[in-house]
Amino acid sequence: MLKDSDRIYQNLYGQGDWRLSAARARGDWAGTAEIIARGRDALVEEMKASGMRGRGGAGFPTGMKWSFMPKTSDGRPSYLVINADESEPGTCKDRDIIRNEPHKLIEGALIAGFSLGANTAYIYIRGEYYNEAVRLQSAIDEAYEAGLLGKNAAGSGWDFDLVLHRGAGAYICGEESALLESLEGKKGMPRLKPPFPAAMGLYGCPTTVNNVETIAGVPTIMRRGAAWFAGLGRPKNSGTKVFSISGHVNTPCNVEEELGVPLKDLIEKHAGGVRGGWDNLQAIIPGGASMPILNKAMADVQLMDFDSLAAVRSGMGSGAIIVMDKSVDVVKAIWRLSKFFKHESCGQCTPCREGTGWMMRQMDRIVQNKASLADIALLEQVTTQVAGHTICAFGEASSWPIQGLMRAFGPEVRARATDCAAPQAAE
Amino acid sequence: MAKLTIDGIEVEVPNGSSVLQAAEAAGVEIPRFCYHERLSVAGNCRMCLVEIEKMPPKPVASCAQPVSEGMVVHTDSEMVRKGRRGVMEFLLINHPLDCPICDQGGECDLQDEAVAYGRDGSRFQEDKRAVPTPDWGPLVKPTMTRCIHCTRCVRFTTEVAGTAELGATYRGESTQIGTFVQKALTSELSGNIIDLCPVGALTSKPYAFTARPWELRKTDSIDVLDALGANIRIDTRGPDVLRILPRINDDVNEEWLGDKSRFSVDGLKRRRLDQPWLREHGKLRKASWEEVFEALTNKLKATAPERIGTIAGDLVDVETLFAQKSLFASLGSPNLDCRQDGALFDASRREFYLFNSTVAGIDDADALLLIGTNPRHEAPVLNARIRKRWLAGGFEAAQIGDAGDLTYPVTRLGADAAALSGLLDGSSPFAAVLANAKKPMIVLGAAVLARPDGAALHALAWQLAAQCGALTPEWHGFNVLHHAAARVGGLDVGFLPGPGGKTTREMLAGGVDLLWLLGADEADLSALPAATFVVYQGHHGDKGAARADLILPGAAYTEKDATFVNTEGRAQRAQVAVKPPGLAREDWRIIRALSAYAGHVLRFDDLEELRAQLAKSNALFGQAEFRRLGNAALAAPAGLGQVAGGAPLKPVFAAYHQTDVISRASPTMAACLASLTTQAEAAE
Amino acid sequence: MSPHIETFEFDEISEPKVAKAISHYPAGKQASAVKTLLDLAQRQVGRMTGIAWLPQPALDCVAKRLAIAPMRVYEIATFYTMFNLKPVGKYHLQVCTTTPCWLRGSDEVVSACKKASGIDHFGGSSADGLFTLTEVECMGACVAAPILQVNDDYYEDLDAAKTEALLEDLKAGKPQPPAGSLAGRQSSAPISGQTVLTDKAE
Repeated sequence: MLKDSDRIYQNLYGQGDWRLSAARARGDWAGTAEIIARGRDALVEEMKASGMRGRGGAGFPTGMKWSFMPKTSDGRPSYLVINADESEPGTCKDRDIIRNEPHKLIEGALIAGFSLGANTAYIYIRGEYYNEAVRLQSAIDEAYEAGLLGKNAAGSGWDFDLVLHRGAGAYICGEESALLESLEGKKGMPRLKPPFPAAMGLYGCPTTVNNVETIAGVPTIMRRGAAWFAGLGRPKNSGTKVFSISGHVNTPCNVEEELGVPLKDLIEKHAGGVRGGWDNLQAIIPGGASMPILNKAMADVQLMDFDSLAAVRSGMGSGAIIVMDKSVDVVKAIWRLSKFFKHESCGQCTPCREGTGWMMRQMDRIVQNKASLADIALLEQVTTQVAGHTICAFGEASSWPIQGLMRAFGPEVRARATDCAAPQAAE
Repeated sequence: MAKLTIDGIEVEVPNGSSVLQAAEAAGVEIPRFCYHERLSVAGNCRMCLVEIEKMPPKPVASCAQPVSEGMVVHTDSEMVRKGRRGVMEFLLINHPLDCPICDQGGECDLQDEAVAYGRDGSRFQEDKRAVPTPDWGPLVKPTMTRCIHCTRCVRFTTEVAGTAELGATYRGESTQIGTFVQKALTSELSGNIIDLCPVGALTSKPYAFTARPWELRKTDSIDVLDALGANIRIDTRGPDVLRILPRINDDVNEEWLGDKSRFSVDGLKRRRLDQPWLREHGKLRKASWEEVFEALTNKLKATAPERIGTIAGDLVDVETLFAQKSLFASLGSPNLDCRQDGALFDASRREFYLFNSTVAGIDDADALLLIGTNPRHEAPVLNARIRKRWLAGGFEAAQIGDAGDLTYPVTRLGADAAALSGLLDGSSPFAAVLANAKKPMIVLGAAVLARPDGAALHALAWQLAAQCGALTPEWHGFNVLHHAAARVGGLDVGFLPGPGGKTTREMLAGGVDLLWLLGADEADLSALPAATFVVYQGHHGDKGAARADLILPGAAYTEKDATFVNTEGRAQRAQVAVKPPGLAREDWRIIRALSAYAGHVLRFDDLEELRAQLAKSNALFGQAEFRRLGNAALAAPAGLGQVAGGAPLKPVFAAYHQTDVISRASPTMAACLASLTTQAEAAE
Repeated sequence: MSPHIETFEFDEISEPKVAKAISHYPAGKQASAVKTLLDLAQRQVGRMTGIAWLPQPALDCVAKRLAIAPMRVYEIATFYTMFNLKPVGKYHLQVCTTTPCWLRGSDEVVSACKKASGIDHFGGSSADGLFTLTEVECMGACVAAPILQVNDDYYEDLDAAKTEALLEDLKAGKPQPPAGSLAGRQSSAPISGQTVLTDKAE
């Protein structure tokens, strides 16, 4: 188990004060100017060396992403945009960072902003996080008052403004280009790529979009060094991660652990175990709603990191673990996610706009035991007509939970068909 | 340039082109619904998917994918077919199966592509989506259940028309294209969204359930309801013009058409003069051609040539003007005027009255001054071109006289001619903009020329153009925006008072005893003495015919082979789409027949002979190609009289929809006016 | 409970916030403030009438203030779920029923809301105008499921009894309790106590 001293978020549960003085006592804002004095290139290299992969879901190497930003300006400003639109069902880790460790995020924004050549950063926080936004704004105000933001931020010589921008209720705004559209005052509709944000992002300017947890981890990495971070976790899956464990566990919680931690350990040590014991486990969604579901046999041996989960055609996503015990109709649980995707489709591109509703209604018939084997086969086919054909990853992600269900629970699903000869035994 | 291979065909296209454009260059057809070359790229329909080697193994939307050197593209691979079939199925699951009652049938992109990529049966077992049908006013009929959310109409109104009255509200499968609040569309270009809609969601309301495309005969022609000369296609069945659509001409109308030009077709069948009339005992009675020719001949013989006059209206073709001018020469009358609005200005050089920068030249301009004109009403498609130029950036516009919302920002310099002096003496802030511009445009409205001080303002505007460097051999920035399709042709033909001849104003004030109104319906006849014998030649029973003592029924523009010269001086040909109704005849034939009757035989027997003589009289009409003119001489037009200070410079029309005999006869145009008036009153 | 609102202008309470919101964005990019202005308008209508929603004059006012086409504001107001285009009750009850909440009994929370408010369907309002019940998607507090949001505040770790008690208190005119867990836990720590960071706990 990760040593407490290796946890980035010492105040994850808000057991201490979130304010600046308490944050400083925990080590935040210590030597920020010296970190920045190392220079932009050194910081980007440090980030690369740390092996940090984006904590929002896609797991793209952060240092590499930073290196895409132009080194010299062509007259356009560069922007850092922080994605705090935490909306992937199962995920609530950024919320704790925002409300309990806001200064890690703010300091991280300054260091990252400098590393990207950005004098302005926007934090896009989901609108429903009203109280969280109020607290984060207070922390930002404190930081301005203390000279940590604004002109010559934290005495670093770098001018840096940080603006909190509230969303207004749309899952799709967690998609980085939709987020930029929304930030520009439009509907949150994903953009066509290319161009990518590093070339043309916010207001047509070079932009890097990073997740809250990615940015909030930056100061600690810079203080303790890339080697420290890289030494945690597994190769190419380094560092720590805040996991959200929800559903049928005895004590649902958020917890920061090393990447590569066994799924079973994570649940048993921190979440009080599966309701009714590990043997009562039916299924686990390991990385937020988009990520394909695991059956118990898979969950038994699963390690929690990007590559281990990709190897079983699922994904770590945002690190949100949704646990289901044997009392659950797992088809209905996935149907509810289909309903979610249908509700949250932006409606821009055809496969997602039309496909999400169709898939949900097909799932509905399976839930009601009114679908035939042919219907189920059709649904599987429809998911392939969505996947790979949408403008954005969120659109095609609407098909993944169903595809995962068919892979992990195919016999159980088909057993409910109206024309299934005999109930099939579970594998 | 980038070289790439599409289905084995090597093609070279400019960097920044899309794969779809490259495919077009290679002659490979790619299906599309949302993509339109004159709108921004949306990439939402996903129908134009292609497979590109060495990219992630999934299909790519070709409309949004930039080309790169060495790219290898497949447009007919299994991956592509599967992708397109999938998209097609998604588009169809919620699309109603109402093709038999849908006006788009037969010219529907969705129908056409379904043949290539559709299944033979539906696998969709759920209920289809139904969407409420809103009311967008008299022109566009929305049936939103059929909508496939390509957003072409939204992009058109936002980008081209500049009215931003359509949008996509709500989201996901509940997305609705519409106005959100109940309203009639206010754009003068709204009909274009019917053409743009790839399905039957937006169809023509006046044309609803009228015909199938395969029943129609299509005739290429030229629009005359403004002076732009938009290229059109006239769709007819039997004797009826059923609809008018724009044709592509990038130099004139691109592929747009104003609503008045598109929807006034029902005016072509109403209030038509389909036979000769003669006034007897104060009342008009039907007469034969022989009777009216005899009566007119007698009248002509009984009247001294200098007491005979003719005024041409706004829709008259060049051939007719030439025939009439020839007849009057033969009669010995110098009393001709093609400016029924009473305008008097120096038309001795062509550049004095043309839109010299040309329509396509707007794309190159960097500053614009509008004087007493509302291009949005007077030539909406030209106005959209100005907006397009503004959208491209680096362009400033100002106006003298208030024209309201032109869909692009315009600095208001003042209501009257005083603002012009400010520009001339440099005291106006816009003077520097004009002086610094490389290609400034000064656009003088036709209404300005029609003012009593029109000639003076004409000369001042020219002087301003000269002063700000708008008159060079390479760039001609002096422009007159006409609204009458006949005007430039009339001026080119020289349909103007000869030596000692009377002007429109003089003729209307009793200067002649026999006044031949050649399609002139907007002239102010109020001062005409009761004794003046009025001949009206034209196609509609409007103001001219109401005052006439003798009526010669002519042909509308859809019924004749005729030449019209647009405001930039471009001669274009209209073609016969249908025959004139009843006894009505092409106008030049009427004049030619009368000339024989009256003993002044004109020396042409058919249209070709007429045109040969026309070309001889003015080389312009023998010239095959239109050329943009540079400035020939800096000398200003003769500026007669004084500028009347204080009188506001008003555009010619207060409203768009009813400005000529055809649109005034159109119930559709009347409905537009009524609906917009009601809407404006409700907004008060 | 559907007061007709003829006109809307930002009042002296909203106005400084409107100006500040616009000032956060570069010149010419004032449209970025549209969601903030809509939110301020909705709150102001709530202040003025007790019902926080966006009548059309408010949408038009925002469009005018930001110099953008009204249509663009309509698109935004209908795209994002937090803008109420119809009047809602004094307490807007938003129950999350997405899978993580559903697994932990959001059905019970919905039933309790219906029972206590008398509302029989999502989107409905109670006869007294006190409540509107809305089904919402994941609110991002999944380890504290099930969750009910009342106006701005999340109430977490709910069950039927706690939900009913909460609503009954509101009906009785008591103020909203502080947001957070109604089971008394610390943030997102396990309810039984922290398993990590224990040396610093207490």
